[in-house]
Amino acid sequence: MTGKKQLMIEPSWCKGCGICVAFCPREALELMNGKVHLKDADSCVLCGMCEMRCPDYAIYLKNAEE
Amino acid sequence: MPSDLIHEYMRIDHLPHIWCAGCGNGTIMRDVAVALDELITDPEFALTRDQVVIVSGIGCSSRAAGYMDFNSIHTTHGRAIAFATGIKLANPRLEVIVLTGDGDASAIGGNHLIHAARRNIGLTVICFDNLIYGMTGGQYSPVTPHGDKATTAPYGNVDRPFDVAKLAEGAGASYTARGDIYHVRETIDIIKQGIKHKGFSLIDVYSTCPTYYGRKNKKGEAVDMLKWQKENLIPVSKYYTLSEQAKEGKLVIGPLHHSNYPEYSAEYAKIIEACKEAKKGK
Ligand SMILES: Cc1ncc(C[n+]2csc(CCOP(=O)(O)OP(=O)(O)O)c2C)c(N)n1
Ligand code: SF4
Ligand code: SF4
Repeated sequence: MTGKKQLMIEPSWCKGCGICVAFCPREALELMNGKVHLKDADSCVLCGMCEMRCPDYAIYLKNAEE
Repeated sequence: MPSDLIHEYMRIDHLPHIWCAGCGNGTIMRDVAVALDELITDPEFALTRDQVVIVSGIGCSSRAAGYMDFNSIHTTHGRAIAFATGIKLANPRLEVIVLTGDGDASAIGGNHLIHAARRNIGLTVICFDNLIYGMTGGQYSPVTPHGDKATTAPYGNVDRPFDVAKLAEGAGASYTARGDIYHVRETIDIIKQGIKHKGFSLIDVYSTCPTYYGRKNKKGEAVDMLKWQKENLIPVSKYYTLSEQAKEGKLVIGPLHHSNYPEYSAEYAKIIEACKEAKKGK
């Protein structure tokens, strides 16, 4: 069950509130044209803080496909 | 495609929800879904999905009952607890969860709240406490802090606020707790405890309404409101280790009150059984 995760974004659900950007411990996210954008994939540690606090369920971790 | 959790427990054809950008309602609704998922998948508690009933009143927050994919009923303003009481008494096996706003619960629905607490009926009431009436445009509610601004208090609120958790405790609730939007894990845990608790549980979750409360009171954007929560709302485990000076201006979150006073529907069932026995004996 502890397979590799990947960060997923559903731009059509993002309202651009910036909560995930502000509380990402690695500053891996940014807002671009009012939507969340993964600025730096290498610094994302897949901690899931963004998923936990996104009020719109627009960013989350998913088990990576083989 | 949303996450598996959202896919499993929300009516995704109704999403994205109508709440404003940065509104805390979406976070609390997710917390409830995670809490239920953890109880459904916990073999010891063995909650079934069909046992869960979500009841809401009217307000921005009360829209949650429409989004959550469980047995659900969206009722009238202030009356969610009254409907929930009927549902629980009709079938005490059900886990009846009320999702309500601070106005819904403590203004128009205040009498239902105190009497459900007094009876200690086994409901779990989760108050989405954004300190204002969101849906109708930012009027003050009974929990709006003294001095704060609202559409109906342009010069500052004259009233003293209710503390909904203390109000419920004073009226007889046997479990009360406070959560927020920032401390997600802690808030999920108290929602789980509230659901597991047999008697009346009141979980007061400090939410954010950036659109009305935030804007009228110059609290900044949603991010600023969450930063305020991070700095000023302190989990119980840490709060009691702080010096008196460090506690100044801070509020405690987590479980607040717990007792094992008998639950109402179980007491009611005993009367039904006693009457049946008496009839047999005739
Ligand atoms: C009987 C009745 N009175 C008044 C209203 C108008 N009304 C709708 S929602 C609401 C207040 C909502 O505030 P709250 O419960 O705090 O929820 P929020 O919208 O902030 O989530 C009011 C007064 C109504 N719908 N029904
Ligand atoms: S928290 Fe959610 S809605 Fe807000 S900016 Fe991030 S992804 Fe978008
Ligand atoms: S008005 Fe306030 S409570 Fe209602 S959806 Fe907007 S931010 Fe949320």
